Amino acid sequence: MSFTVPQELEKEIDERITHYPVSKRSAVLPILHALQHHFGYLSEEAVEWTAAKLELQPIKVLEVVTFYPGFRQEAPGKYHIRVCRTLSCAMAGSYELMEALCEKGEIDRSAVSHHHPIAVGKDGKFSIEFAECLASCGFGPVCMVNDEFHENVTPDKVEDLLSKYE
Amino acid sequence: MSEPTYKAGKQPHANEYRLIFRNIDREGWDTSIDTYLNEGGYGELKKALGMEPGQVTNEVKASGLRGRGGAGFPTGVKWTFIPPNNTKPVYLICNADESEPGTFKDRYILHQDPHQLLEGLIIACFAVGAHLAYIYIREEFPEAAQIVEKAISEAKAKGFLGKDIQGSGFDLEVYVHRGAGAYICGEETGLIESLEGKRPYPRIKPPYFPAAMGLYMCPTIVNNVETLCHVKHIVKMGGEEYAKLGTPRNTGTRILCVSGDVRKPGYFEVEVGKITMGQLINDMCGGLKEGRKIKAVIPGGSSAKVLRGDEKYTIGKGDDAKELSLLEIPMDFDTLMACGSMAGSGGVIVIDDSRSISWVLNNINNFYAHESCGQCTPCREGSLWMKKISDRIVAGTASPEDVDTLDSVARNIDGRTICAFGEACSWPTESFVAKFRDELTADTKADLSGTLLNPESKLAAAHLKSQQEAQKTEAKPVAV
Amino acid sequence: MPPAATDEKKPTAETPAVPMVNVQIDGQWYQFPKGTRMIEACRQVGKDVPHYCYHPKLTSPGNCRMCLVEMGMPPRLAPGQEPEKDGEGHQPIQWIPRPAIACANTVAENMGIRTDSELTRGCRHGVMELLLINHPLDCPICDQAGECRLQEFSVEHGTGGSRFREQKVKKPKNVDIGPRIRLDDERCIMCSRCVRFTDEIADDPVLGFTERGSHTVLAVHPGHELANNYSLNTVDICPVGALTSNDFRFQMRVWFLKETKSICTDCGRGCNTLIGSREGRVYRQTPRENNDVNSAWMCDHGRLNFHYLDSELRLSAPLVKDEGVHKESTWPKAIQRAATALKAHGGSEIAVVVSSRMTNEELFMAKRLIDTLGAEHVATVPRAGEPDAYLIAADKNPNTQGARLILGLEGDLAAGLDSVRRGVADGRIKAVVTLQEDLLTPEAGFDAQTLDGLEALVVLHLLANPTAQMASVVLPGAGFAEKRGSMINVTGRLQRLNKATEPFGQSLDDWEILRDLIQAIGGGNGIYLIEDVFKQLAAGVEEFEGLTLSKIGDLGVPLIETGETVPLLERERERIAKGQIVG
Repeated sequence: MSFTVPQELEKEIDERITHYPVSKRSAVLPILHALQHHFGYLSEEAVEWTAAKLELQPIKVLEVVTFYPGFRQEAPGKYHIRVCRTLSCAMAGSYELMEALCEKGEIDRSAVSHHHPIAVGKDGKFSIEFAECLASCGFGPVCMVNDEFHENVTPDKVEDLLSKYE
Repeated sequence: MSEPTYKAGKQPHANEYRLIFRNIDREGWDTSIDTYLNEGGYGELKKALGMEPGQVTNEVKASGLRGRGGAGFPTGVKWTFIPPNNTKPVYLICNADESEPGTFKDRYILHQDPHQLLEGLIIACFAVGAHLAYIYIREEFPEAAQIVEKAISEAKAKGFLGKDIQGSGFDLEVYVHRGAGAYICGEETGLIESLEGKRPYPRIKPPYFPAAMGLYMCPTIVNNVETLCHVKHIVKMGGEEYAKLGTPRNTGTRILCVSGDVRKPGYFEVEVGKITMGQLINDMCGGLKEGRKIKAVIPGGSSAKVLRGDEKYTIGKGDDAKELSLLEIPMDFDTLMACGSMAGSGGVIVIDDSRSISWVLNNINNFYAHESCGQCTPCREGSLWMKKISDRIVAGTASPEDVDTLDSVARNIDGRTICAFGEACSWPTESFVAKFRDELTADTKADLSGTLLNPESKLAAAHLKSQQEAQKTEAKPVAV
Repeated sequence: MPPAATDEKKPTAETPAVPMVNVQIDGQWYQFPKGTRMIEACRQVGKDVPHYCYHPKLTSPGNCRMCLVEMGMPPRLAPGQEPEKDGEGHQPIQWIPRPAIACANTVAENMGIRTDSELTRGCRHGVMELLLINHPLDCPICDQAGECRLQEFSVEHGTGGSRFREQKVKKPKNVDIGPRIRLDDERCIMCSRCVRFTDEIADDPVLGFTERGSHTVLAVHPGHELANNYSLNTVDICPVGALTSNDFRFQMRVWFLKETKSICTDCGRGCNTLIGSREGRVYRQTPRENNDVNSAWMCDHGRLNFHYLDSELRLSAPLVKDEGVHKESTWPKAIQRAATALKAHGGSEIAVVVSSRMTNEELFMAKRLIDTLGAEHVATVPRAGEPDAYLIAADKNPNTQGARLILGLEGDLAAGLDSVRRGVADGRIKAVVTLQEDLLTPEAGFDAQTLDGLEALVVLHLLANPTAQMASVVLPGAGFAEKRGSMINVTGRLQRLNKATEPFGQSLDDWEILRDLIQAIGGGNGIYLIEDVFKQLAAGVEEFEGLTLSKIGDLGVPLIETGETVPLLERERERIAKGQIVG
């Protein structure tokens, strides 16, 4: 499978690079965001492409990719869910929320590990992972589905929530 | 300007003083520049552009404004740390990486009032002589990034950004830079490294103080979202007048975020120090749930040291000394510090008596072990060790000595790391052990004392044997 | 010996332009130039501060935290307040509860440092315990054992036991990260020395850290490798067993190695080295710091170019050819045979090909031989190659400067060699002595047919080679690790080789062979020791006047001006000037 960045996307990336007139290396994060947004995750080719674009050794890009949980190196589901597990949300029931989401979304988390934090449901529709504090501690439990944010998601609201994503 | 009305269920509490959050949850308010301009928006920028940059800094100094990101350092003083003989470009970065657990204030400014932030930021840039600024927004706020980018282009179209702003001769470009999910990027120098496209490893200070050697090794001012918003109001009111808000040395307003075991958690903008912990929890948050008592409060984000509900706190010295209960503590920087904790980022987490302290501490330790950047030894190794010990306390497979070990690991991190994350990750453990040792110990098992759970030595012996055997089979026969 | 305390008023720096500051270290006052790193100040007074990440040639990230020390400054004065001073003019020190890293901080006026206080010791205990919790404790089978900083500092600063009861973090082991290096990520302590070396010195930023927190691992990008010609320096500076050399790992426990200070003879740079040997065998070469030659580095090619010393082709005894067949002989017989063969020719019929890989002492003896024989044809084999932007010199011979000085060669060396070649080809030259040069290599350019026409061919060499095969007498010489002597590098610096091992088999030190040969041809020469050779050299060649082998010292002495600079050192000086590194 060859890795091709569409012209439109590359144009957007080139524009982003201009935001960093002093050092284009600064554009690593924006480029990775753009590629992940388009491809769903960051493949080895995406890392190499970014490195070539910024004239860096690919390891210097991989260093960044693997540091941030916001970057994925494996394909997620069509809808990627992030459940906050930090204190206030945990007190409000985020572990119960995770259970309910896995049950209703038919996702098996048993193979999740430190290096593979994301579990993908069997039809590939949903994927899920725990995230650290999403900064809405007063309204937990909270989660994100792709870029959309949801507050006060008690387990009884899970069915409604998932039904919004088809 | 009309008196704002607020959305149903989102009305500010009577104890609040809404300066920064004036437009949050406001009826009929949106993020467009026209809405902002209708309310006199960018008026303070025009005023500031008519002043000398140094004068703006002096007003901020006079206001006594202290950073709202967590450290509480005087903002105006920070600005003057740029070397006077500097010839390099100056940069300003707005820290919108809001990630201290328990804190949820900047999110509303970014999502609902981006122009307020921009106005404050442009004024700050003018004051410090920055012509390029970045707003570092955490990845988990994707919508905010779009909203702020739209606000930037609107402001540019109206001549509040770009070349020769409002005919003043002052140029400024602002860009949004999105993070990717790392607490450490809230640390100034980690954020700068991240913005340079590297792993966000905090820098050693000295020598890398951002005001002298920051972004691209140039003077850089890093300010929190809320802090920059205050700058706009300081210009409006004048530093001296602003300083009348709040209490001496703890001036202005700040946003307190309450979460955990209260009936009505939420965000409240109050004059600093004018509200006590009791007013905040009982009056503004509706108190605790039926039949519950306060076991503990973490007053300034999860890295702040925990305070016990039933403890007495002595503040002041000599004749001025007085004893306060937890609920009598005024929510200001200095008193909370005197009580052994900190105001931090304003995130108040209330823990009632239904909670297991071991579970709470374990959750916090989990967070810091996950967020440690791994650059320096004590934090990299210690944060995960603390998590593993508290895992066992929760699981009931720890011995009483493990509580001592936990505490001593924290003390081997505290004060010995490159950045303040060392304290952030060790203070919870230190304070939980100090205040709740009995409860933690109660979750351990005395009969595990001295038990070696680690099969390390057995493994090492087995490994050595297998290596020797492998070597035997690999050895080539000697030619005769 | 610690430098002078303040009361002797003896400055510790040579450059008086830098102002001095008074610093108290463990209760004693000293003076240091402003800008001195705390760790270096302590080292200078014999108070070594343990460290992992700090390396004077690299930037200081301050990440290992092993060099934390208790530090104090004079009290802050209120406006108008006069500082309080003791009889010696020092202010009291206010000790700071938060420890400071000694590696990146510089000394300041009236600073206090405690390298042995309770706080400092506590920091070291803490850091040592933390470094070891996830580190494998299989030291007996670790190749770094014996030169591992974790081991060393555990003894000095550790607690002896661990309270760690958890499962260790699992990481990749035995990772192939390049042609010459292997990585064990579980042993890595993330000090980043190797990353900084590849980024800052070798300009080949292929190493990096991936993952984060306790799970951080050192890595190369998939499909890429650490393969630059300076890669093995990362193995040297790795303070633990994370990076090991494929060539050396598990060959020999390091505590059995004898370390001999010498120089690399792979090119004209003459990088200073330590030769690690045991029982007559060289196991490794590592760079030795010399800030006028190679800083603290050397290239992989030079470092690994010693295995020929154990080559199967190594000559073990003198050979003489009878009826077309080489037979082992004794030294006196072989020398006599060579002398007889050479004496049969007049000087105009004899050529001596001398190697610029020989030491000055050997060259001096070669010159004697030339003079004794009256040989009119003398040449060396020039080896011009590509220099790099670091250490490798264009001249692949290690002692061209010495050869020119001692043999009195001038002008184009290639032309000199060409003239010998032509002389052999047209039959004017009937006898050839070749010293440490195989004449049938492309660079020497002789061909077997013309050599075949010679009446006498005497070869002194290490290895059985095609020229030796044609020789009437073969005299087995010594390798660079088997001898003492000196060479002059491309910048004109005179440096010493030292003997790490005995010459192989019956082979002898080249100067001894030459001495005996000269004696057999022309009679006594009063030379018994290599010191005698050098004495005569110093008397005979102006540039060496007043020198002895021992005066050269471990770091060599500048001897002549060649105008050559070392690109790597130029950059290092820039970094020092900018304060980026200590140097």
